[in-house]
Amino acid sequence: MQHPTFIENRLAINRTGLWLFIFSDAFLFAALLASRYYLLGVLRPQEVNQPLGLALSIILLLSSLTAYRGETAAIYGDIRRFRRNILFTVGMGSLFLVGVGVEWAEAFHSFPPSTAYGTMFFTLTGFHGFHVLTGVLALLVVLLPGQKKRLAAGNYWGVEAMVKYWHFVDVAWVFIYPTLYLVS
Amino acid sequence: MTILFSLGIVRGIIWGLASGGVAAGIVMAIRSGLGLPMWSPGPVTGVAALVGTLGFLTGLGAFNYWLEWALGRQKEEHHADQPRWRRYFGFDTNHKTIAIQYMVTSFLVIVVAGIYQLIDRLEVSAPGMQYISPGTYNSLMSLHGIMMLGAVLLGVSGMINYLVPLMIGARDMAFPHLNALSYWVTPPAVLLLLVSLPAGGFDTGWTAYPPLSARAPLGMQFMLLAFYLVGWSSILGSINFLTTIFKMRAPGMGLFRMPIFVWTALSTAILQLIFTQFIAMAFLMVLLERLLGLVFFAPDKGGNVILFQHLFWFYSHPAVYIFVLPGLGVISEVLPVFARKPLFGYAAVALSSLGIAGGGAVVWGHHMFAAGIEDVLRVPFMITTLLVAVPTGVKIFSWLATLWMGKIRLDTPLLFALTAIVVFLVGGITGVPNGIVPTDLHIHDTYWVVAHFHHTLFGGFVFPTMAAVYFWFPKLTGRFLNERVGKLHWAVMTVGFFITYLPMFWLGLNGMRRRIADYDPTLGLGPMNMVATIGGFLIALAMLLFFINLVVSLWRGAPAPANPWRSQTLEWQLSSPPPDENFSAPPRVVGPPYGYGTPGSIHAVVAPAGGTANKGA
Repeated sequence: MQHPTFIENRLAINRTGLWLFIFSDAFLFAALLASRYYLLGVLRPQEVNQPLGLALSIILLLSSLTAYRGETAAIYGDIRRFRRNILFTVGMGSLFLVGVGVEWAEAFHSFPPSTAYGTMFFTLTGFHGFHVLTGVLALLVVLLPGQKKRLAAGNYWGVEAMVKYWHFVDVAWVFIYPTLYLVS
Repeated sequence: MTILFSLGIVRGIIWGLASGGVAAGIVMAIRSGLGLPMWSPGPVTGVAALVGTLGFLTGLGAFNYWLEWALGRQKEEHHADQPRWRRYFGFDTNHKTIAIQYMVTSFLVIVVAGIYQLIDRLEVSAPGMQYISPGTYNSLMSLHGIMMLGAVLLGVSGMINYLVPLMIGARDMAFPHLNALSYWVTPPAVLLLLVSLPAGGFDTGWTAYPPLSARAPLGMQFMLLAFYLVGWSSILGSINFLTTIFKMRAPGMGLFRMPIFVWTALSTAILQLIFTQFIAMAFLMVLLERLLGLVFFAPDKGGNVILFQHLFWFYSHPAVYIFVLPGLGVISEVLPVFARKPLFGYAAVALSSLGIAGGGAVVWGHHMFAAGIEDVLRVPFMITTLLVAVPTGVKIFSWLATLWMGKIRLDTPLLFALTAIVVFLVGGITGVPNGIVPTDLHIHDTYWVVAHFHHTLFGGFVFPTMAAVYFWFPKLTGRFLNERVGKLHWAVMTVGFFITYLPMFWLGLNGMRRRIADYDPTLGLGPMNMVATIGGFLIALAMLLFFINLVVSLWRGAPAPANPWRSQTLEWQLSSPPPDENFSAPPRVVGPPYGYGTPGSIHAVVAPAGGTANKGA
């Protein structure tokens, strides 16, 4: 008798795993956001650097757009456009990290980590910044020369995964930004 | 020597020690550069422990697969002709290997944590301080708690890892490399827990409540880091379990044809996936407070200790369902086989696991009735807590109805399962006064809670795990465990358990507080404490019998056929032990999993290696 072989839809399996990871990771931010409101309610010091916060948000939102364009280009096999867009995203992500660094230097004086707001501010931006850093590294991985062959063969799972992760990091900021800068 | 160095674990340890040492040196250099005193135990050992863990994993080869992927060189999977034992000491991706690694690690941790508590039990067997200092008592008690919980998580992962792919007809887990990584994070965690005691221990109990945990000795930090690593293992493992259950089922294996154990694994994995993040964050916050001077829980600087308790119990209450659900699944697997009847109310039992998981997610406040939780939250939490009894009751009644009029064979697995049901039932009923606010305020923090908790964990994890080991050992090894030693083990363990924990209910009601090294002799609590200590040593004796049985049977047990218990589920349709790749072709699932006593009932059709399809028993 003929044996049917195992047919595994690798792409579907990988996607499920990635979504579950993102779902789980989202609760990390949920725990932090809940802690901020539990400890401080909607209390917010006046010294928060509003222009910088707005600039950081715009940078991160734009980077998600270029990440999306990069992914689409990869799917359509346009390697040059893909690399240009992802590089742009990496640059924006790095710029964001620099901005957070500037903000941290200011925050050390206006609301240091030894105050309740400072504690939440540094923890939230710190954990989010760490996610941005890993996102930048992840995007750099799909730019490695070894990945070209895979893309040329129509296997763009790596790009899709890293870009999805980048969008997640971006969406997390959409919740963190109002929590730290806007509510009052 | 070359053989030694070719073992992944040896390379891992060398890498781990080297990278941990380098990291410690760098931290000290940075500290002296900043003008701080060079040696400060907290930061230096903390960074060394984390970097050392990463170094250990790198040396082990845990990251090779992803490194190769990133560089665009897809490595061929090679199954070199190694002696079988060697795969257990390296980065092996087969789910059956990983499961056994999990189980063995779990048993080792149980032994250490059990010995810790035996020492403490001796100390409280009579009033007055006999053998150890109160500080040592507290450290041993705290480590007993956290190590046992780690061991239970490992044991649960072990059982799920072995059984789920076999039961749903998959060749392996969805992400084999991630699976191996999930396991190999835990040996460094176990090491950190062992180091915790010589590093000063900690006196907070396993709950690590601040502000005490924010200023406890260095041992606290090792415990927090260790549990953080175990948390990673838990989360990565749950991603794997869920993806496997969702995407890798054999043709015909609809959700309502899955064995109940798979349902409980699914519920457990959902809880792990979501809630582990909260304890990880709670422990990280304590670490940040200790190391960097943040003020989450410092009331004088705007922090709030109740925040920790919310975050902590938001995980740690669902965690008890993580611990017990797979065990309850084991009971549901064992009963139909030994009663030769279909599981009563299959669909209700399947959904009750999700019900317990969902209900258990919204009851965490009942741990904080006496801690200053907002008054308005007390009654809602009381109601949700009592509602969890409904899906749990579904399971208990299903088991009773399954046994009713069955052709019962009292083999060791069933004996353990029956004890488990009784013990879990007592645990559940004695939990009701804990969940009701007025009575809880009286018995909170007494031995009543200790007795209740150990009833639920023995009934939900320990006894079912014993049932599972006696049931599936022939499948794992191709040999039976000795049945007579097994029955002796069961008898000593059951008697020992009740002698240990029934007196604790009385002790708790009569004012014996938990987590204390000494008590007032005029309270008259001494005799019952002595009884409980004797029971504790009986449990230890039972465990000794169990381990002797394991080792001797592994070596010279009676050979087991493929399906000694005439079970219908998929894992029994394979050889014992199963082939490396489990199934040579996808099994075809055609019926319900527990059609015992129904003529012509077939769960699945499995093709043997290189032969024609044969029907399930």
